Amino acid sequence: MDTVIETNALTKYFGDFCAVDGVTFEVRAGEVLGYLGPNGSGKTTTIRMLLGLLLPTQGSAKVLGYDIVRDSEAIRERVGYMSQKFALYDELTLWENLEFYAGVYGVRDRAYLEETLARLDLMELKGELAGDLPVGWRQRLALGTAIVHRPKLLFLDEPTSGVDPTARRDFWDLIYEFVEEGVTAFVTTHYMDEAEYCGRVGIMSSGRLLAMDTPSALKESALPGLAWDVVAPEGGLLPALGILEKTPGVLRAGLAGDHLRAVTEPGIHEADLRRALEALGGNHVQIGRVEPTLEDVFLSLAQG
Amino acid sequence: MKLIHATNLTKTFGGTTAVDDLSLQVRAGEIYGLVGPDGAGKTTTIRLLCGALRPDRGDIMVGGHSMIRDPDRAREQIGYLSQRFSLYGELTVLENLRFFAEVRGIPRSEWHDRAMEILEFVGLADFANRRAGQLSGGMKQKLGLATALVHRPRVLLLDEPTGGVDPVTRQDFWQLIIKLVAPSPPTPGPSLLSQIGRGGRGGEAGEGGEGGVAVLVSTPYMDEAVRCTYVGFMCEGRLVVEDKPATLRRRLEERIVELRGESLTKLRALAGADENVESVQTFGDRLHLRVREGSSGAVIGNLKKSARQQGLEIHKIETIPPGLEDVFIALLETSNVERET
Amino acid sequence: MLNSRLLSLIRKEFIQIWRDPRTLMLILFIPIMQLFLLGYAATNNIRNLPMAVFDQDRGPAARALLAAYRAADYFDIAFDVDSEAQIRELIEAGDARLGLIIPPNYSAEIGGNGSAKVVFVFDGSDPTATSTALAAAQQIGWQHATEIQQQRLSRAGVPISGEMPLEIRTQVWYNPDLVDAYFMIPAIIGMILFAITSILTATTIVRERERGTMEQLIVTPIRPWELVVGKLLPYVILALTNTVEVLVIGSWWFGVPVRSEMWVIMLLSSLFLVTSLSIGLLASTIANTQQEAMLTVWMLLLPTIFLSGFFFPLEAMPLVLRWVSYVLPLRYYLVIIRSLLLKGTSVSALQNEVIALVIFGIVLMTAAAMRFRKRLD
Repeated sequence: MDTVIETNALTKYFGDFCAVDGVTFEVRAGEVLGYLGPNGSGKTTTIRMLLGLLLPTQGSAKVLGYDIVRDSEAIRERVGYMSQKFALYDELTLWENLEFYAGVYGVRDRAYLEETLARLDLMELKGELAGDLPVGWRQRLALGTAIVHRPKLLFLDEPTSGVDPTARRDFWDLIYEFVEEGVTAFVTTHYMDEAEYCGRVGIMSSGRLLAMDTPSALKESALPGLAWDVVAPEGGLLPALGILEKTPGVLRAGLAGDHLRAVTEPGIHEADLRRALEALGGNHVQIGRVEPTLEDVFLSLAQG
Repeated sequence: MKLIHATNLTKTFGGTTAVDDLSLQVRAGEIYGLVGPDGAGKTTTIRLLCGALRPDRGDIMVGGHSMIRDPDRAREQIGYLSQRFSLYGELTVLENLRFFAEVRGIPRSEWHDRAMEILEFVGLADFANRRAGQLSGGMKQKLGLATALVHRPRVLLLDEPTGGVDPVTRQDFWQLIIKLVAPSPPTPGPSLLSQIGRGGRGGEAGEGGEGGVAVLVSTPYMDEAVRCTYVGFMCEGRLVVEDKPATLRRRLEERIVELRGESLTKLRALAGADENVESVQTFGDRLHLRVREGSSGAVIGNLKKSARQQGLEIHKIETIPPGLEDVFIALLETSNVERET
Repeated sequence: MLNSRLLSLIRKEFIQIWRDPRTLMLILFIPIMQLFLLGYAATNNIRNLPMAVFDQDRGPAARALLAAYRAADYFDIAFDVDSEAQIRELIEAGDARLGLIIPPNYSAEIGGNGSAKVVFVFDGSDPTATSTALAAAQQIGWQHATEIQQQRLSRAGVPISGEMPLEIRTQVWYNPDLVDAYFMIPAIIGMILFAITSILTATTIVRERERGTMEQLIVTPIRPWELVVGKLLPYVILALTNTVEVLVIGSWWFGVPVRSEMWVIMLLSSLFLVTSLSIGLLASTIANTQQEAMLTVWMLLLPTIFLSGFFFPLEAMPLVLRWVSYVLPLRYYLVIIRSLLLKGTSVSALQNEVIALVIFGIVLMTAAAMRFRKRLD
């Protein structure tokens, strides 16, 4: 089976509010699909529909070939889900948490559980109460509880939220390990740099799926123009931003690390920007064309 | 002028030392970024600075007042936004601000004008009568900031204000922070900023002469840390390194190599085998290698050669400017190695 | 029935209970506290009510009258005053609960075959205590009057036998000494079963929802009934432990009789438990936070306790409230448990109540199961 997720105009209303608006996409086996979007853009609602936790208002979807409305039990047995909140029992030890979820899935294989813990690098901590662990460990344990039944498809809902950079890198290494073993991963995130880890990326905004493609294809096709780095002299960051936002031809300007990033229409040249920024003492401003990042793509799509 | 001056702070909980002999200074107009892994002591440090916890040792001067000897005066100088900033969802935006203003002892005659001024500043003036519970995540964040600013503090302490927040919201939030520390407002208009900066009633303006507030912010996002005037790395309660972001990044100059090619897994193994390569990280369709000092040329040459021998294709391999995240991870690994040896 | 999924759930629940010793101690300790509080404090037995006496006579007959009242332990002649105004003051201040006014010529009238009137005044602000005191004061007075009459007759030479023309003999069954604890302790069992199970099940389920673990459980292959049973069974066991605890202390310390087989008591108690568990479960499907769940159950708890015959007899209630009481499962259980403990009634004599509980159990359980689905919307 090649296609593991297939949605067709999937739509969800909560009262009058449209949380997910006619979303159609496919996910193929072995992919890491990044699902990107601001808070409240419908990422979690999409996942919850795919798991049968919420009924779609309109549209349909199949997960692993099963219909999400009629066969949600069949889907649940076969997929792993890690929710935003890291669903762990604080009063239970790490091992007890894992054993509990294994029991719920009917898994009795102690050796496999120990292997999983070792793989998550949590073996030494197995007697610790989950409530006492720092976020990074909780996150890995939550992943562990989601894979006790060896699912072929993993739904990870903002798995790295609030986790420090080292832990995030380690976590992505883990995800890649599973993917190499044939698991498909559907990951929502709002970290743009994480989206770069994904094979394909879908961008959600206000319930709609604006684009879905590989990061490099998105940078080429979904970005309407050119990306520029503008390094302003000290204290000139906000004035420069103010000017850029008003400059004709500039589609978007914003903070990027310690400098500014501007996205312009294709016909704009460095000289045009330099002229606009002259008021700041043109010689001190550094302007350069850069490769766009996914964040540029995202912000352009989400704000446009 | 040093608005925050902490010396030799130490705090232990039971047997564990959460903050260990930490000293730091933040001047007016500066943003100090506190970064570090979870459990490094960032939140404890901020709680010590705002007087929510009492240090076992050390002293904290806030705007010239000691948090130990004169905590009431010192606290007056501080605006604090905790990780889980507390808003009352049932109250409107304005009622929330009123509450925090009253708690801070702002006279009845003043709170409304001040509240509206701040709402204007954070861009929530149009939502003054909306229930806080019905605001979007980004707007809640701004209201949180507004409540921390309502008494015009000179020092702003922010504990991971943008944790779990999307990039659009983070952009807006940071623009506000940068505006806040700017010595003069970039655009003419009601100069709330300078008022906030000069510590309110105008009487203290002459005290330091420099405008702007001092901001100390902890963050898990490296692209935010790089915006700060100074960045302090915390690890196991200690401030390991502290410097300007540009200076920190220079430490790893010519030591980060980016590689793109086919079958990344094999290339990754190949790169990992090179003894000059300290760490390898997959980034979607590319690898980032951290190499030993002065070895980038050798690593690139060796990798190209061995890839060719194994029939692996490298599309592109080059050194790239290091990010703060690279520095952060390198620092963590060295401090872990030091601890183990 | 006990499969691995269910066992995992039950074990997890017990670990959680065990790891939260404060709550566990409260669950085990609160029934004992209630038992002692209600066993001792909630009593209608009136003893030693403070009484003020304005004796204007101070003769031998007055002394005899006071002695008669002193002899009964209902009253404590605490104040000897000189005016009616003083009696009023003492009663207003709450120092005395009743007053006795003896007229100046009392001894003369009694001794001279005349008729004397004494006046009792009562503080009616506590009707329960006053009605008991009123009856006692009258009864003692009549008895004393009868004795005076007999003395007069014998003095006048009328021969009288030692017996009265009419004698009333009373027999009290099941609780011959009218110990209030015997009445209260079975009721406490009912209240504990109801409160513990409904509050705990409501909060434990809402807590899982608050923490996000419920969502995780829903996406597992676990069946809804397994989830419900797995969450509830541990609390059934706790509640039954409480029942035994209260029974043991009740019979050992308060001497409450246990006149039925233990297994019958446990069986019918479990039947009642099903209803209160379902109420907790229903509350959990309504409430979004633990606080809401707690308050929802509280809202049900108070009318349940007051209208189920816990303190006040059902027969004394207005008709409307009596109708309301018919929809309270505790009402039936209280009849059952009091009968089982005090009377040793056979189950067949309680069949109406048992059938009512079975119906409630089925209806509530079905309602709860229908609302409790494996979905978030």
